[in-house]
Amino acid sequence: MSKYYLDYLEQLESEAIHIMREVAGQFEKPALLFSGGKDSITLVRLAEKAFRPGKFPFPLVHIDTGHNFREALDYRDNMVKQMGEKLIVRYVEDTIKEKKLAEPKGKFASRNALQTYTLLDTIEEFGFDACIGGARRDEEKARAKERIFSVRDEFGSWDPKLQRPELWNIYNGKIHKGENVRCFPISNWTELDVWNYIKKENIPLPSIYFAHERECVVTNQNQLIAVSDFIQIEPSDKIVKKKVRYRTVGDMTCTAAVESDASTIDDIVKEIAISRLSERGETRIDDQVSEAAMEDRKKGGYF
Amino acid sequence: MDILRFITAGSVDDGKSTLIGRLLYDSKSILADQLAAIEKQSKNKDKGEIDLAILTDGLRAEREQGITIDVAYKYFSTPKRKFIIADAPGHIQYTRNMVTGASNSDLVVILIDARKGVIEQTKRHSIIASLLALPHVVVAINKMDLVNYDEKVYNQIVTDYKNIQEQLGIKNPRFIPISALSGENIVDPSANMKWYKGGTLITILENVELKNDINLTDARFPVQYVIRPQTDDLHDYRGYAGKLTSGILKVGDKISVLPAGHKSTIKLIEKDGKPVDEAFAPQSVIVHLADEIDISRGDVIVREGNEPTVTQDIEVLLCWMDAKAMEVGSKYLIQHNNKQIRCAVKGIEYKLDVNTLEKQTSVAAAQLNDVCKVTLKTARPIAVDSYAKLRTNGGAVLIDETSYVTVGACIIQ
Ligand SMILES: Nc1nc2c(ncn2[C@@H]2O[C@H](COP(=O)(O)OP(=O)(O)OP(=O)(O)O)[C@@H](O)[C@H]2O)c(=O)[nH]1
Ligand SMILES: [Mg+2]
Repeated sequence: MSKYYLDYLEQLESEAIHIMREVAGQFEKPALLFSGGKDSITLVRLAEKAFRPGKFPFPLVHIDTGHNFREALDYRDNMVKQMGEKLIVRYVEDTIKEKKLAEPKGKFASRNALQTYTLLDTIEEFGFDACIGGARRDEEKARAKERIFSVRDEFGSWDPKLQRPELWNIYNGKIHKGENVRCFPISNWTELDVWNYIKKENIPLPSIYFAHERECVVTNQNQLIAVSDFIQIEPSDKIVKKKVRYRTVGDMTCTAAVESDASTIDDIVKEIAISRLSERGETRIDDQVSEAAMEDRKKGGYF
Repeated sequence: MDILRFITAGSVDDGKSTLIGRLLYDSKSILADQLAAIEKQSKNKDKGEIDLAILTDGLRAEREQGITIDVAYKYFSTPKRKFIIADAPGHIQYTRNMVTGASNSDLVVILIDARKGVIEQTKRHSIIASLLALPHVVVAINKMDLVNYDEKVYNQIVTDYKNIQEQLGIKNPRFIPISALSGENIVDPSANMKWYKGGTLITILENVELKNDINLTDARFPVQYVIRPQTDDLHDYRGYAGKLTSGILKVGDKISVLPAGHKSTIKLIEKDGKPVDEAFAPQSVIVHLADEIDISRGDVIVREGNEPTVTQDIEVLLCWMDAKAMEVGSKYLIQHNNKQIRCAVKGIEYKLDVNTLEKQTSVAAAQLNDVCKVTLKTARPIAVDSYAKLRTNGGAVLIDETSYVTVGACIIQ
């Protein structure tokens, strides 16, 4: 093997750094959307590689649904403190009060849809012209269609039938006032790539990614949802105590845990490599509502 | 492990999406919940048939109409290699999306419906693949099940394609007879086409040579961003951040900064915050120079003595991708790597008739999906290579000055 050779992870890493720097170079007020999940944690590591020893040319922005895992919030606060970067948090709770929105009802009522309002308000409040996100094309079939620079109109809407051509590594981020661009540096990474990268880079993660004992409600689809104040528990509910880990970190109300003994990154990589279920299929209960759930949310301004 | 990026092409309904679905299905790359979802949606599920095209046709409008509108990206790997697949639309209206997917591909699989043979869209996509200089071309004659797996039909189409391949600009294509629907010669060899002695599609994809596709000779380092922390301890730090698109840069190399032409020497190269002796394409690094010269985003650092052309007059082959025609005299923004400047269309030398493959002269405008040879004048000098020499420094896009939409793909001559 020639010494001038990059393996696939190094290629993906370089592509992602290039995209991050394009965002920094092309936009006046970018932001990095940080959720506390492994994909946005990976983005932060890539941003360090792109901009250190300088500061990030953007703040981290967290849209807090109020239904987060405590561990993810602690991780976030700790990380920001250590890195000395700026964090902006905006709360879905506040949007609900201001706009007098109806709280979603039902057993595993999710604020996932309401998150979009807060996101769009935050974009407007700070005048962000670009938001970097950790979405991957392998996650979902509508995402598989999205450009790396995805132009959104002033309502944040995605028009999948009118996407700009995007050739080679040339990213056209030119927009009109009021529009914004969602930028996805790890578009071409798979879930396994992210895990392998976390392993290679030795990136610390919130503890819920590793196997731990947890009390969970068993749903009709046999998914495990953590017992928390955010879900309604009825006497008829089957509650079990299981050794679980999380494959994704979303809201506590709509993210299912998976049974697992994996206590190290190596164990997790092994489990993911042989898993016969997709990340979303196994862990998200909000995507199963309709066939085009994600497409519709994106059209409405979601990530 | 390395990555092969490939795209499917060919006319509408030739079976591109079905082929991708089949490739993923037969290589056991479809996960159980995804498979359950497409089974549920397949129209003929009662007959036990699943519509594998649904796997990539991820938009509601695509599923309703049974066509692909925009490129879908899919990922899978075998023990040999990782693959990034772009499933392109065949419909002429969405040619711009095929161009998008093809621009980053190392290989194209051009599908031909065995019943229809070589048709206009086969030629259009072949021309685009050749303009974009995709290193590897596979021509797959699909739906062999509908022509009784007849070797003669296959041979005739191969001959027809070979007769025009030179005009199309396609070099050394490989041919393969397949049925995407029934999964023959995709991952498993076909029992119905014993007369075909070549490998299955997956073996071709796993074995095409990729090493020579990266240029390590001509160093080009477009500066994306200048890192200046301006803190007390890093007061004088000034690093040029970018990705080496081709070639190798070493500490001590004498360099030029283009288009201005300033000279300096590489003092330091940083990768992951650590000094390294050299960097090579396609690494993202930070470069420091020995002299304080004026460099900003859009400039390109190259080795002295191996320099691109600095010019304001460029000749390009152009794929026009907008409904609004491009006329001689029109002004656009041109984006080359990360540099955006204004330019004007000086003239159209000829337009390529995709069907007859003839060059039409005295053309006043380029219409949607036209391929033309065009001369452009840029507002300021830019540093370009010909696409034929250096794919990574020879491509550019045109951007409409009012809508800001990307309207043209330029292959610099
Ligand atoms: N009999 C037969 N039918 C096929 C084969 N491959 C594809 N088809 C059918 O041809 C039709 C079109 O297939 P698609 O895969 O959607 O075609 P496409 O090339 O992706 O079309 P666009 O993306 O819209 O350009 C579908 O009904 C497929 O089932 C084949 O090998 N044999
Ligand atoms: Mg298709």
